[in-house]
Amino acid sequence: MSTVLILVDSVGGKVSKSTAELATFGKRIGDVVAVICSSDSAAILPQLNTLSIDKTITCTGVDFEKFSTGAVAAALASVVAKESPAAVLIASSARGKEIAGRLAVRIDSGVITDAIDLDSEIIATQSIFGGSTTVHSIVTHGTPIITMRGNSIEAIAGSGPAGAEDFALTYTDGDRAAVLSLAPAKKSGRPELTEASIIVSGGKGTDGNFTPVEELADALGAAVGASRAATDAGWYPHSFQVGQTGKTVSPQLYIAAGISGAIQHRAGMQTSKTIVAINKDPEAPIFDVADFGVVGDLFAVLPQVRDGVIAKKS
Amino acid sequence: MKIAVCIKQVPDSWAQKKMGADQRLDRESVDAVLNDLDEYAIESALALVEANSPTGEVGEGSGHSITVISMGPERASEALRKALSMGADDAILINDPGLAGSDALATSKVLAQAITAGGYDLVLCGTESTDARMSVIPAMLAERLGFAQLTFAGKVGVSGRTMTITRQTEFGVEEMSADLPAVISVVEKINEPRYPSFKGIMASKKKPLVTQTLSDLGISPSDVGSSAAWSAVKDSLPRPPRGAGIKIVDDGSAGSQLVAFLAERKLV
Repeated sequence: MSTVLILVDSVGGKVSKSTAELATFGKRIGDVVAVICSSDSAAILPQLNTLSIDKTITCTGVDFEKFSTGAVAAALASVVAKESPAAVLIASSARGKEIAGRLAVRIDSGVITDAIDLDSEIIATQSIFGGSTTVHSIVTHGTPIITMRGNSIEAIAGSGPAGAEDFALTYTDGDRAAVLSLAPAKKSGRPELTEASIIVSGGKGTDGNFTPVEELADALGAAVGASRAATDAGWYPHSFQVGQTGKTVSPQLYIAAGISGAIQHRAGMQTSKTIVAINKDPEAPIFDVADFGVVGDLFAVLPQVRDGVIAKKS
Repeated sequence: MKIAVCIKQVPDSWAQKKMGADQRLDRESVDAVLNDLDEYAIESALALVEANSPTGEVGEGSGHSITVISMGPERASEALRKALSMGADDAILINDPGLAGSDALATSKVLAQAITAGGYDLVLCGTESTDARMSVIPAMLAERLGFAQLTFAGKVGVSGRTMTITRQTEFGVEEMSADLPAVISVVEKINEPRYPSFKGIMASKKKPLVTQTLSDLGISPSDVGSSAAWSAVKDSLPRPPRGAGIKIVDDGSAGSQLVAFLAERKLV
């Protein structure tokens, strides 16, 4: 039976949803070994007990917070040498892709990023060119390193690891950047954009007023997104931007309010399962990709939808 | 600072891209432009030098230099010329028939070799190219060069040999610093890239643009190109165009109709 390494992804000691998704993909290929490269391992380990993981390896002896991605790549390289896995799976976040890139250099292996599916033969599916083309890719040399885009699979629960081991490492070289200060992100209480199953996004048509967008998002338990026009105008923080130069998302439901749907934006959301668009302009290109389009004023439509959603839930 | 800015010529990001018969991006059928995310890196280099130049200007007398480097075909020199017209001092085009089909690993190997050969101590990059969108080259360069990695910078400053950046991550707003040598990638929020002036365009024609080959860099052709690409596309399919679905004009009941649609799809 072959082994697959997955890198446990966590923020502030909280294991992210993508870890369960990586385990689910990994199970298709073989036994799943979850690698923990974090100073929060004590908080992380119990959270893995409901995932489909066969074993954990906790890398110790390295201040991962201090060294960031270089140290994680070095640690993973050591675990790869020890376990000879069939593949290494990493979440397709900005950080995850950096770790994957550095690991690929370290172990001279091929890397595939932003995969949306992975089969038992380690053939990865990617959606490229803004979702207009689907490709199947393979790694042809070394240990395949594949980063998986969030929300690409319904995670399966498991009985957790049967074994846990510590793996002592040393790391001194390479990544010398130091974090001077960290102003923690304000918790909005909403799900992470790339993890959310529903996203409500606002664009130019909000005219800077995101209240109806946020109120509908909260009624749906959704994340809030924004178009580049909205973030460029300073109406919403850049980290919420969906599109070619922002986040790429693929939720169950994407509601675009007051977003015209330029190719740059569609590139970031076109693979959403269901797309709803609300726009005053009947010619807006977003309607070409919408399953349900409303030509109308978002300030009239969104509150009505919110009330309808709340009524359904009560 | 001896700055290298790594740039790429890409298909116009507004154009519809497609795959060629060789399972690679068909680059011939679309206009080629300077990757717009790289313009922010060029602007950052210019702004850093201007802020630390006794004359307030880039070029000779500033005590710093800016070289733009690109790996690509002959026509990638157009992207380099654009960077020169914005104000960079000189340019290197790494062009060799053996490079066609290189993956990110090979690309980072070639760029790292050119950076080492040129003795640069600060490497600036955009966060990704708008064609492949892997976003791995800055991290791969840091790994290969042993430089500090300061990526996704929304602000860059220098004091002596110490670079400081501010960046927004899922953890919050981080301030990071590292001594040179360093690789920094910048996000598009960092600045507003300048348009080349007429004077800049005229001056760029006289600026040095040298071409280097694999043998100039001491790299074996067997280490790069399509035969040394460690990943391969097996097949590609245009995704069936998303058919437009229902479209209604709001008569006052659109919100309710939308809720009914969502309920039918079990989304609420």
